[in-house]
Order: sequence, then structure tokens, then C-alpha cells
Amino acid sequence: MVIETRGPFASTAPLAIQIMRETGLYKVFDPLKVLFVIDHASPAPHVEAASAHKMMRDFAAKFGIRLFDVGEGICHQIVAENGYSRPFSLILGADSHTTTLGAFSAFATGVGSTDIALAIALGKTWLRVPESVKIAIEEEPKPFISGKDIILRIIKEVGVDGLTYRAMEFHGSAIKHISMDSRMTMCNMCVEAGAKTALFPSDEVLSMNLAQIGVEGIKLEADPDAEYEEIFSFDLDNLEPQVAEPPNVDRVRAVEELEGVEVDQVFIGSCTNGRYEDFLTAARILRGRKVKKGVRCIAVPASRSIYLRLLKEGLLHVLAESGFFIAHSTCGPCIGAHLGLLGPGETVISTSNRNFPGRMGDKNSRIYLASPATAAASAVEGKIADPRKYLGR
Amino acid sequence: MIDLEIRGRAWKLGDDISTDHIISGKYKFRAISNIQEMVPHVLEELIPDFYLKVRRGDIIVAGKNFGMGSSREHAPLLLKILGISAVVAESFARIFFRNSINIGLPVITASEVPRATEEGDVLSVDIEKGILINMSKGVKESIRPYPREFLEILECGGIVEYVRKHGDLPWRGTK
Repeated sequence: MVIETRGPFASTAPLAIQIMRETGLYKVFDPLKVLFVIDHASPAPHVEAASAHKMMRDFAAKFGIRLFDVGEGICHQIVAENGYSRPFSLILGADSHTTTLGAFSAFATGVGSTDIALAIALGKTWLRVPESVKIAIEEEPKPFISGKDIILRIIKEVGVDGLTYRAMEFHGSAIKHISMDSRMTMCNMCVEAGAKTALFPSDEVLSMNLAQIGVEGIKLEADPDAEYEEIFSFDLDNLEPQVAEPPNVDRVRAVEELEGVEVDQVFIGSCTNGRYEDFLTAARILRGRKVKKGVRCIAVPASRSIYLRLLKEGLLHVLAESGFFIAHSTCGPCIGAHLGLLGPGETVISTSNRNFPGRMGDKNSRIYLASPATAAASAVEGKIADPRKYLGR
Repeated sequence: MIDLEIRGRAWKLGDDISTDHIISGKYKFRAISNIQEMVPHVLEELIPDFYLKVRRGDIIVAGKNFGMGSSREHAPLLLKILGISAVVAESFARIFFRNSINIGLPVITASEVPRATEEGDVLSVDIEKGILINMSKGVKESIRPYPREFLEILECGGIVEYVRKHGDLPWRGTK
């Protein structure tokens, strides 16, 4: 089946440009539907990255493609903030976490460089229509719970390959209590269960968000008689903060079981958890407190607009005063490219999305994944800590 | 041009082999311009000096969810550059699967043969007929045949080569 691409494409890799250049498919089907975002290894920490970034700028200028340069933000956040993701959009990104945009009722999925190169040149791609899986989430989660805890709990249940190729659809009475920021976190990590895409329905929360950028009247909802290959149900009212321990994302335990594990570094940021809500929660914990001496604490807002809002509201001040290092918007240490790699035997608690061996540095370093609340509490104590101590139960 | 009949020596890996295992992200961003520089790091955490030990035509045999994680196309591409003729696994992560088809690396989903295979066994695959055999162990398995379009892509050596030759994707009839 061939689908004509109607939505924009988020981000790309220099390998795609190389493929296009070497193959004679050196063209762009519609410059208005292609976006370039320089977010990985940005600003360039070495000459190779600088060359790759230059390649992107040159290509974008030649074909009239909109390019978001160093410091503007991480691609999925940029696409969302600029109104490119909306119900029914088809979005391809040369990054596996493109699924983030399912929070906007868009079909968004990650592909490789060849796919992106062909899509940019031809405006077409190939997709297998995925089977759908219903994720029924019920009841109101406690105030200290965020999207990260919910998606980690789901991945614990389904496993790292539990949803391979399939589309994840969120349903249930809990949805109305879940913010757009948290929805993006949940869709972001659906790929950690192997899913092709994840979709939230177009409800009030989404409509209000889209109205702010002038998008109204389009709604995506599941058919009342839709069939699902599988249904998973979760009650969120008793959900506790969740942490994934290395080496896989489905090795999830309640924070209480891992309390006390000493950490060398704390990272709050990434396309998973670098949004306003994330830093607001972290700041509630960090206000008036210091991070544990000897622990490197890194905060990376996912876009410049988030950075500016945090700056304006004094939240960056709170973070800096507590001892956090605050960086410009970039993917940062999540992919082990720069801004805080780990040495042999070191441990990080990170709000990012993957804890595979070696991803953030040395192969013998350890990555624990958690919510911004759990990461901030851990920063204060220098070991994995329960955020309920600071946020109340 | 890729042969649809493959025979090779097996390298055995486990479940959930990620693209970070195949080529860690920290190398990807150091050597975008020259993929050859990444060759010594392929699978280095699992099989030290894999790039020196691997022989042209070898087949990787793995468990569930091979290629999970990042969308980096460098992962299947580097396996192809090292001469891997096919990857046989109990299941594949979807981006790795499509990247492999796109670059012309046959990826075969099977169950009995990967479970029976030990390192060094000789495997043969007939992609067109859908037959997979572990010749060392005498285990034979039918595999789901590829759709016509996948075969056309593999015969051209990859989707880019296909598009250069035919001017469009191999899927026709729908729009």
C-alpha cells in the first residue's frame, strides 16, 4: 500500500542527504512539507558533527526547506509547537521517537535514512497497516504521577517487544486527567514496546491545545465498533512512581524497590521529558534545596520556547540555585553524543527513554529511567529516591 | 543485485539485540561522513573483534526483537558492509526490519531454525521459495514468503536502486 504523505516530515539525518546525493534522487517533492531540525550533537561537539550540520543547512537553503538550527529544540517538540502535528496528519521522522506526536491524534512513526530520503524526494513511502491494540487506562492517577510512570507501567506489562509493528490506542476514563505534556511522553515511549505508533483520541484536552495555535474542528476518534487484536487494562488510581532498571526498558519496578541506589549523574530532559510540566515538577522538589554534593545534575529543556517560559517564571533560577547545570535545547546526553557522558561503572538516573548498555557512555555504566519528579528527588539525595517524600502522597 | 538463495555460517545472538549493540550511538555521531570508520565497533560489546572474525556470506541468527531501539540505518548497513548475507531471527523490531529491506539486507523471521542453531552451523535460505534450513542440524522450516515488492527491492539491491531504475516505489495500484 502506498500512502501519499499529507503531513510534514520531522527531522532527518545527514545520511539521507548523502543517499539522495549519491543516487540522483536529489530533489524535494514539497519544501513546505519537509522540516530539518539540528538537535542531535548540537551545537557540534566535534568536526564530524559540524560537517553534518553544515550539510543540512546547505541542503535546506538550496531547496527552501524550513530549518530549525542549534538551540531551537528537539525535533518532535518543534513539530508540535509549530502546529505541524494535528489529527489525521501522517508524520514520518528519521528518529524512532517520532511517535511522540501521536498525542495530537497524528499517525507519526520513525523510519530510517533511506525512507526519509525517498519520502523527501518522492512524497511517498511504504507502510504496512498495523493491527491496533487498545490500552484502556482507568481512574484518576495521584498528583505525583506523570505520563512517564504510566508508560513505564504499561511497558512493564507488555514487554519490550510486546507491541511490535502494532498501533497503540489509548482509551479510558483516565485520559481526561492526563496533560498534553504527559501524553507526549507516553506516545514517545510506545516504541520501547516495539509499537509503530501510538494515538490519543481528539478530546477536550487536545482541542484546547490545538485552539491555541488556531487549529479547530478536526477530530480523530476510534470507531465505536473498532476491533482490537489485544486489550490491556490498567487502573491508575493506585499507581506508584515507576523506575526502569538496566539493561532494558521493561525491567520496571516501583520506586520503593530501588530506593537507595547511588547515582553519579541526574539528567532531566530529552524528547521524553524535557517539557514545561517536567521542569515545573522538578522545581517544586528542588526549590530551596541543594542537589547532593558530588552528583552532576543536568537539565535540558526540549525547546527554546520551553526554556524561555521556564526562565520567565523563575524556574530555571530554582534549578540553577539547587546546583543543576542548565543547557540549551538539544538531545544532549540521552544519545551519548555530548553534554555529560558516563564513565566506567557510573550510574545515572535519567528522564530519557532508553537504558541499553553503553547508550549514555561507557558500556559498564548504568542507566535508570524515571519521571522528572523521581529524578529531582534523587538529585537531592544522591540516590534513587521516592518523590512522594517531597510532593506528598 | 542480491542472491535470493543464500548459504552461510551462523553467528548466534540472543533476544533484544538493540541497534546500540550493533553500533553504539556514540560512534554514529563521530563518523557520519565515513561509515567505514565505524566498522571496528560493530557488535563490539557482544563479540569482540567481530569485524575481524566475520566472513563474507555469514548469517546472523538471533532470538526475539532483533534491532530494537534507534532508527539508525547505520546498524543494518554496517552488517551488510561486513558481508552479512542475511539476519534470521524469531522477530524483528519494525524500523530495523524496514531499514534492512530498504538497503537490501534479507531479514528472515523464523522460529525452529533460530532456536536450534548454534554458532558456526551452516544455514541455507531460499527467500523466493520460503525455505530455511540449518544444514548442520538437519532442521528445515518454511518461512512466510516475502511480498512481491520486497523481492523486487532485494533483487535490485535496495529500494534506492529500485527507484533509480523504475522511477517510483514498487507498490502500485493504490494511491
